[in-house]
Amino acid sequence: MSVAATLSMSRGRLASRTGAAWMIFALLAVTPAVVTLAGDPYLTLTFSRILIFAIAAISLDLVMGYGGLVTLGHAANIGFGAYAVAVLSRHGITDLGLQMLGAIVLAGGFAAVTGAIALRTRAVYFIMITLAFGQMAYFFFVSLSAYGGDDGVALSGRSTIFGSALLESDVVFYYVALALLGLVYLFSLRLVSSRFGRVLTGTREDRLRMQAIGFRPFGYQLLGFAIASCIAAIAGVLLANQTEFVSPAYMSWHRSGELLVMVVLGGMGTLLGGVAGAIVVLLLEEGLSTFSSHWLLGLGVVLLAVVLFSPSGLAGLAQRLVGRGEREGRP
Amino acid sequence: MTSLFFLQLLNGIQLGVLLFLVAAGLTLIFGIMDFINIAHGALYMVGAYLAATLVAVTGNFWIGLMLAMPAALLFGLVLEVTLFSRLYHRSHLDQVLATFGLVMIVNESVRLIWGASPLSVPMPDALSGSVPLFGMIQYPVYRIAIILVGFAIAIGLATLINRTRAGMLLRAGASNSAMVSALGFNIKRLFTVVFALGAMLAGFAGAIVAPVLSVHPGMGESMLILAFVVIVIGGIGSIRGAFLAALLVGVVDTLGRSFGPVLLQWVLTPSAASTTGRMLAPMLVYLLMALVLTVRPTGLFGRKA
Repeated sequence: MSVAATLSMSRGRLASRTGAAWMIFALLAVTPAVVTLAGDPYLTLTFSRILIFAIAAISLDLVMGYGGLVTLGHAANIGFGAYAVAVLSRHGITDLGLQMLGAIVLAGGFAAVTGAIALRTRAVYFIMITLAFGQMAYFFFVSLSAYGGDDGVALSGRSTIFGSALLESDVVFYYVALALLGLVYLFSLRLVSSRFGRVLTGTREDRLRMQAIGFRPFGYQLLGFAIASCIAAIAGVLLANQTEFVSPAYMSWHRSGELLVMVVLGGMGTLLGGVAGAIVVLLLEEGLSTFSSHWLLGLGVVLLAVVLFSPSGLAGLAQRLVGRGEREGRP
Repeated sequence: MTSLFFLQLLNGIQLGVLLFLVAAGLTLIFGIMDFINIAHGALYMVGAYLAATLVAVTGNFWIGLMLAMPAALLFGLVLEVTLFSRLYHRSHLDQVLATFGLVMIVNESVRLIWGASPLSVPMPDALSGSVPLFGMIQYPVYRIAIILVGFAIAIGLATLINRTRAGMLLRAGASNSAMVSALGFNIKRLFTVVFALGAMLAGFAGAIVAPVLSVHPGMGESMLILAFVVIVIGGIGSIRGAFLAALLVGVVDTLGRSFGPVLLQWVLTPSAASTTGRMLAPMLVYLLMALVLTVRPTGLFGRKA
């Protein structure tokens, strides 16, 4: 294949991805109106939840899809965000912005310390160590009896924005979450195409080569790990607000596993795949749970089938379909 | 105080030998086939449930226990042949995801079959009651039996691995599986055997601990995560590392929970000490792991990366 053809194809793929992004965001923008018209405004809350997990999935994709660091402790960051809301609001700080700041400081600090230890190791050691650190954070909040311990703690209301209780409206909350998802998506897109992102991806591809041309991957990986943790903590702030409840269950390793599933199902290293994965997994959960209380069984089977039969996830499937269409359309 | 210390030390050793039984299979499977199995804890849980059922059905603890072992082995073999053998050449991420899916499936199936409420297994008469130890503490006979059996199995496994031809292959496979397979040994068959052995050990651990703990869905997970900590500290692929790390983790965890608050009273007020102690205790083993990895990134007995 000539260079020109490769270029035009990658340009075509980029265009189709931008198209897909516009389509997904447009659909998400009209969702509250659609579900209200359909007579089920409760679904707005369900979709807020999807937006929140989409943010978390994008952040995991940054560290895993682009950084090549598979972590099984990412849900801990969601917990940090949620507990930042619970702890700060208990002490009278209910402003969303300040709570997010607290969440970012907490998650960033934890990521800097644990990441520095975990990044001394490779591959499967890294997976297990992040799992262990995630569990450590989980047990910390389980034993924090001042904030409900194992049972969690109910919030007296949602966060305020500059003193106003705007977020109490489910629809306003939905659009705030959507705006944040949009911002996180654009930020992540810029990040991965920046010099920083290219060094990160280069390290994933060939660590030795990056070192040989003069980069020190450790700092890049640690910063990438911390940025992803901070973004996930923002998702945690939103999750606490959506449910008005905070519990250690948000940070169990099952949650981390579910986030992995979303990213891989949607397609790793595509950012938008995380969004699609969050939508599919949560709708699947909602759908299956209406059939049976044993819906996890169904989810497990779907997961196994995807890993065994479609390793590149939905994005790979879509690309294969689109790619076929393009080839057929070409003279 | 001293007698309480010995009591908790024995409890820690007992947790340690159970951890070793679970971690042994995990570490060999990873060392030889480079296969990360999140569902290993599920084998422990299934072992406990099988024992609960078989003891109830036969009405005899010993027969139930003896039947639970081959049943756990069979369960592991079926998983290996139908599912895991397709995953050896896939990425670690795929292995994590697929076995994570399997955890969901096994957990929910257990809830479907046995219900969500915990089961209990009656203690065999011969091993109930307690005996005086060191002249100062009463210790349950059953727990002593667990410790003795655990050590016996550890010694048996060490003999198998260090003294027999099969063990030589295992050690060679764990340190360089490509070389072993290049020398003409069927590494896949070796792995099937190791996997079955690992499944049986994990299942056996679940079965023998059933009379002491409650048997419930999700019991495999706390064990799995501790077993991961154990094999990371011990060094992946090393049985000796797994054994020492398992005892270390078991003892540190148990003593930390019972004596952490007491020790903290040296520097804190009693109420602050008990709160801080309760918070720090569950984190101790993870701190231990972080400490070991800071000094030796591949664990105590790990190969150089």
